[in-house]
Amino acid sequence: MVEWSENERSIISNIFSNLDYNDVGPKALVRCLVVYPWTQRYFSSFGNLYNAEAISTNPKVAAHGIKVLHGLDRALKNLDNIKATYAELSVLHSEKLHVDPDNFKLLSDCLTIVIAGKLGSAFTPEVQATFQKFLAVVVSALGKQYH
Amino acid sequence: IIFLGMKCPNSTANNKMTSLSAKDKDTVKAFWANVAGKEEQIGCDAVSRMLTVYPQTKTYFSHWKDLRPGSAPVRKHGATVMTAVTDAVSKIDDLTGGLLSLSELHAFTLRVDPANFKVLAHNLLVVLATVFPNDFTPEVHVAMDKFLAAVACALSEKYR
Repeated sequence: MVEWSENERSIISNIFSNLDYNDVGPKALVRCLVVYPWTQRYFSSFGNLYNAEAISTNPKVAAHGIKVLHGLDRALKNLDNIKATYAELSVLHSEKLHVDPDNFKLLSDCLTIVIAGKLGSAFTPEVQATFQKFLAVVVSALGKQYH
Repeated sequence: IIFLGMKCPNSTANNKMTSLSAKDKDTVKAFWANVAGKEEQIGCDAVSRMLTVYPQTKTYFSHWKDLRPGSAPVRKHGATVMTAVTDAVSKIDDLTGGLLSLSELHAFTLRVDPANFKVLAHNLLVVLATVFPNDFTPEVHVAMDKFLAAVACALSEKYR
């Protein structure tokens, strides 16, 4: 069972309450598709992903980025039960979407970097540690139902 | 080639790193010019984050009196690392040759598990994102990520 201190809960809550989902979501997914181009394999229906410019202006990418970021809201609301909270989404990613779970870490690294860019020096080492811990727990939960 | 858990770029018979394109190298060199004058600040921050976010890395620094973020040994080590990365940028056309003695140091003396090169690289990228939010675009990010991976491979050359 993952333990969260009061400090960690408040750090996580603050990051999300000040988050512009419509900006950060697209930026994180764009960055993932550009920095780790093999992740594009899951988005063949999204149209033009030929270069960074096309990816960053693709409306389907933007919409999906927002959707994925909101997917983290469930973890935020259920910090003490993340594993069970994501069981269904884990099955979806495994059985229907067939996403290699290694990709979850790639997206979470890109999200960390986008948030770092938005918060600047406010993204202290302590905040980074807490945020990465949060994402690691979500990533682990998303991988749990794979078999 | 997957070596010590890392995918290393293919080498030709002349041992040239072929996976960094000309565009990658130009992007890295152009972006790294922004770092001038901020090396110590950036290096210190990257090492501080590494020790905080990945506490297992502290095992390599048990000889330091103070491992807190921004402490004197952390600041000094950050500067050392950044000087080496800046040097690597200047040797971007032949990282294996250029980093040979550093590779020997890491292989025979320091014996840092090469998985940690990736850890430090990640934290350096995070710092670059905080310091250069507008310049650290996705295109710059991918070029820098590839470059740091190539540096890590060059550092691992002498391990076995």
